[in-house]
Amino acid sequence: MSSALSIRQLTKTYGNGFQALKGIDLEVAEGDFFALLGPNGAGKSTTIGILSTLVNKSGGTVNVFGHDLDAQPSALKRCIGVVPQEFNFNQFEKVFDIVTTQAGYYGIPLRQARERAEEYLTQLGLWDKRNAASRELSGGMKRRLMIARALVHQPRLLILDEPTAGVDIELRRSMWSFLTELNKKGITIILTTHYLEEAEQLCRNIGIIDHGQIVENTSMRALLAKLHAETFLLDLKESLLIEPQLEGYPARLIDSHTLEVQVEKSLGITDLFAQLAAQNIEVLSLRNKTNRLEELFVSLVEQNLAKVAK
Amino acid sequence: MSGELRPNLVALQTIVYREVRRFLRIWPQTLLPPAITMVLYFVIFGRLIGARIGEMGGFSYMEYIVPGLIMMSVITNAYGNVVSSFFGAKFQRSVEELLVSPVSPHIILIGYVIGGVLRGLAVAAIVTMLSLFFTHLTLHHLGITVLVIFLAATIFSLCGFVNAVYARNFDDISIIPTFVLTPLTYLGGVFYSIHLLPPFWQVVSLANPILHMVNAFRYGILGVSDIHIGTAVVFMLGATAVLYLVCIRLLVSGRGMRQ
Repeated sequence: MSSALSIRQLTKTYGNGFQALKGIDLEVAEGDFFALLGPNGAGKSTTIGILSTLVNKSGGTVNVFGHDLDAQPSALKRCIGVVPQEFNFNQFEKVFDIVTTQAGYYGIPLRQARERAEEYLTQLGLWDKRNAASRELSGGMKRRLMIARALVHQPRLLILDEPTAGVDIELRRSMWSFLTELNKKGITIILTTHYLEEAEQLCRNIGIIDHGQIVENTSMRALLAKLHAETFLLDLKESLLIEPQLEGYPARLIDSHTLEVQVEKSLGITDLFAQLAAQNIEVLSLRNKTNRLEELFVSLVEQNLAKVAK
Repeated sequence: MSGELRPNLVALQTIVYREVRRFLRIWPQTLLPPAITMVLYFVIFGRLIGARIGEMGGFSYMEYIVPGLIMMSVITNAYGNVVSSFFGAKFQRSVEELLVSPVSPHIILIGYVIGGVLRGLAVAAIVTMLSLFFTHLTLHHLGITVLVIFLAATIFSLCGFVNAVYARNFDDISIIPTFVLTPLTYLGGVFYSIHLLPPFWQVVSLANPILHMVNAFRYGILGVSDIHIGTAVVFMLGATAVLYLVCIRLLVSGRGMRQ
């Protein structure tokens, strides 16, 4: 499969001397749904800023669908749709005008722009708000407006920087299904998010950036396979006063009705339930203590932090 | 360029349409105030005070000041349109919509300048119509009149753009109009002929670019001027070219817009 995005030795040093990117390499295949994760200040937004040309790179190369950022910026820009983290539209303009105006910037004639604006505003549930001033929209609506605006020139690569930040869970899930549908239609998507379950649910491949360096770049499946143990919380029917002795399963009581158990992948969960049943402990429900990706993410970032500290 | 020409023309049309829509939407802030201000000038300076002044340059005082007042409106409105629109886009970060798109910096600049010129001309048309209630106007030289008004509006749209690029807050966009533009306009021969000044101040006045614009425009309408028209036109063409290059350089570098 051909490459949608190819980054080589990308560096960025800001005017104050802060080195935000220290020579990152990144490859995103065409049609991929790629998660770019990292703690705050890791370099995610700088990377996206460079891709969208809002940040000037200090060194390295960026190539999008074969178009080099330095040699063919216009062709590169036509391939990309950007949904930034912060609202960046005119608060006084109408929703419909914001989308059609953006289409015009990409050279799309007004008639076609209007048709596309209707299509995307309808798909994103904003058609009824088309004549409202954008400042009157709720936070979730504003996020969807930015997605409609980014799609109006039908980009091949969609970059979303925290698209579901501050969005309620119902809306978040509808946005997930919308993005999944877009990806199925062939649009390559790069997503940054702080909701790791979002990345786990949506993305096939993942890059983790920390202190301006890529610390992991692999498939979601391969990354999750690195997780050797998971921590579960068991909701118990009867209260317990002391932790039960569970061979091979370190456990501790969170409260009288909640037991935390660490499960090695090699051991599985069947024997745990057998041991609990043998001690007449009835389990009402079971849940992960943290998202699996979150456990990995934290451990990778902590490892990198230790490396940087050395 | 041919492959890029059509999309860029659509983009230019989009920017101009957006700019016009903006100043028409807020007409009580953009078109109404200059109309009210100019009516006050006509009544107070033209009718009340002008009647005691008598003739100037062979015309009634009212006739003499009308071209200057029209030019003053064009200058302040062309400047104000671009500086407030572009700074507003920077402030709200909606300028990023343009920067991430493939629109050429030339098209962005020309689009904003056309917006400023159109507002300047719209206000000029309003002020001219209002002036007809107070005096009658003849047109001495249509070509000079049109050329000068276009060049003046273009120059001050470009100046507004420079101001907007450097501005960091709303105070920064009012400093230049208040402390530079207004004094230069008032001292630019709108209300008087520089021949009324002592010789030294006549020479000093020649360094005021607005004096050349006002007088060239007055020549177009009334056929009288304190300065040489050829010099004024060459100066305006030169200023347009220099300012255009400065603005393009600022846009390409992304000063105040890109990190």
